[in-house]
Amino acid sequence: MLEIQNITKIYKTKKGEVTGVDNVSLTIDKGEVFGIVGYSGAGKSSLLRCINLLERPTSGSVIVNGQDLTKLKGEQLRKARLKIGMIFQHFYLISQKTVGENIEFALKAAATPPKHINARVRELLEMVGLSEKIDVYPAQLSGGQKQRVGIARALANTPSVLLCDEATSALDPKTTVSILRLLKKINRELNITIVLITHEMDVVKEICDRMVVMQDGKVIEEGAVYDIFANPVEPLTQEFISSVVSFELPPTILEGVTGKMVKVLFKGDVAGEGVISDMIQNFEVCGNFLHGTIEYIQEKPLGIFLMELQGQPDNVERAVSYMEGRGAFVEVIDDAI
Amino acid sequence: MLFDFEHFISMLPDVWKAFGETLLMIGISLSISLLIGLPLGIILFVTSKGLFLRNRFLNGVLGFIVNLVRSIPYIILLVALFPLTKILVGDTIGPVAASVSLSVAAIPFFARLVETSMREIDKGVIEASIAVGATPWMIVKDVLLPEAKSGIIQGVTMTIISLVAYSAMAGIIGGGGIGDLAIRFGYYRYDNTIMIATVVILIIIVQIIQFAGDALSKAIDKR
Repeated sequence: MLEIQNITKIYKTKKGEVTGVDNVSLTIDKGEVFGIVGYSGAGKSSLLRCINLLERPTSGSVIVNGQDLTKLKGEQLRKARLKIGMIFQHFYLISQKTVGENIEFALKAAATPPKHINARVRELLEMVGLSEKIDVYPAQLSGGQKQRVGIARALANTPSVLLCDEATSALDPKTTVSILRLLKKINRELNITIVLITHEMDVVKEICDRMVVMQDGKVIEEGAVYDIFANPVEPLTQEFISSVVSFELPPTILEGVTGKMVKVLFKGDVAGEGVISDMIQNFEVCGNFLHGTIEYIQEKPLGIFLMELQGQPDNVERAVSYMEGRGAFVEVIDDAI
Repeated sequence: MLFDFEHFISMLPDVWKAFGETLLMIGISLSISLLIGLPLGIILFVTSKGLFLRNRFLNGVLGFIVNLVRSIPYIILLVALFPLTKILVGDTIGPVAASVSLSVAAIPFFARLVETSMREIDKGVIEASIAVGATPWMIVKDVLLPEAKSGIIQGVTMTIISLVAYSAMAGIIGGGGIGDLAIRFGYYRYDNTIMIATVVILIIIVQIIQFAGDALSKAIDKR
C-alpha cells in the first residue's frame, strides 16, 4: 500500500513562493493501477516525484511498504528507492551503455551478486520482449523499445511500486498501446502497484483502476475510472472526458429537434441488452439517434447515446421510465414536445 | 634568403632536441593536470546547485581557486611560481621546471572543461540513476564519466593545445623546447629559418592533436 499524506510542495522562485502541490492525500492499494490526470502545471509531476523523494515535499509524508520515506536520508533513502521503480517520458537511458549494461547498472545499485546479474538481465529483457537487443546501444532503438528498456531497468530490483512519468507521451498511438499492454501485464503478473501521470485520457481508460484529477496543485476529483467516465462532476474532469467521449453536436442539428432530446447512459452489461430497441417496439415512439458510443473501460462497456424521442408526450414519458427501469440513466437535454 | 634548407638540416639536432623537450613538458604537465583536473572537475560538477552532492562551501572554495588561477596570465604565473618550482624541482630552468607552472595553469583549465562537458548531460539521466537507487560513486563512474567521455576527450585535446602554446612561452625563461629555440634563434639572432621551422612544427603538432582528438571523441560516442 502506498499512502500520500498531506503532501505540500512549495517552490521558492525569484518571484516568490509557488505552491506546486497543495495538501494532497491519497491512498493507493497494493496492485492497483492509479492514474493522476491534469494539464501541465497542475502539479501532477511534482506529486509523483515526491513519492520517491526526487523532490522532497515541503510538508507531509509518503508511506511506502510501511516506511515513511520523508524521514529517510542518504543511504536509507537510496535503499528504499531500490523498491520504487520509475520510468520517464524521455526514457533517460545511459546513452553510452548497451541495453544490457543499462539494466546491469540498476542491479549493481542493489549490490546484486555478479554471478546472478547476467541471468537476471536476460530474464528482464525477455519480460519486456527485447532479448535480442541486449548488446545494442539506446541510440539504435525506437522510442517504444527505449521505454521497454526503461521498464526493464525500473523492474530490475523487484520493486513494489512503479511510477510512470508521462511514460507514453513521447510515443506514437500504436506504440503507446503496446507499452500500456506491457504495463498491464506487469501489473497483473507481478502484482506491482502502478502510479502513472498523464494528460491522455486514453491511457487512463486503457489501464487505470482509479484516478484523480489535479488542478492548481489540488486533487479536484477522485474515484474509480469507470465511475468518473460515466459521471464526471467537475468541469475540468468533464473536459478531459470529452477528449475521449465527445458529444459536440452541430447547431443546425439542435435547431431541427422537434421531440424530446435525451442523453441515455448505460453502465456495464445493460449496454449490451438492446434496451432501446425494446423500448421502441413496446411504446409508440420514434427514436432518432443523434450521437452515440459504447466505450469499453477495462473491458466493461459504457454506452452513451444522444437521441431524440418523438411521439405522444405520454408515450415518450413512459418510454423514458421504461429505460430507467431497465437500468439506464436518462437525462433530458432539450424538450420541444 | 627566407628559408635556408642547408642551415635547417645543420640545425636538425637542436630542433629535434627542442621537440623532445616540448614533448616532455607537455607529457608531464598533461599527466598531472588530468590526474588532478579530472577529479576536481567532477567535484565542481557534483557539488553544484541542484546536484546529488550539493555542497555550497566546497563548490564555492574550489570555484574561487580555479577562477583565481585562471585569471592570472600564464607568463605571470610562470614567474610567480619560481619559488614553488625551486622547492619542487630544485631548479627553475629546463623542461621539468617549466612543467610545474604548466601543470598549475592546466589543472583548472581542464577541470572547467570536465565540469562543462558534464553539464551537457541530460539532468534526467542523472535523476533516473538516483531513482534507481544508485550510489553517488556509481553515478560518477557509470553515468557521468561515460556520458561525458566524448566531451572530456575534446577537453583533453584543448588542454594539450593550450599546453603547446604555454610551453612555447615557458621557453622565454629558459624552459627549453621549441619555444625556447624560436626565441633564441628566431628572435635574438634573426634566424628566419629556425623561426619558420618552429612555427611550422607547432602548426603541424596542433593540427595532428586536433584531428586525433576529434576522431577519437567521435569514435567512442555511441549516440
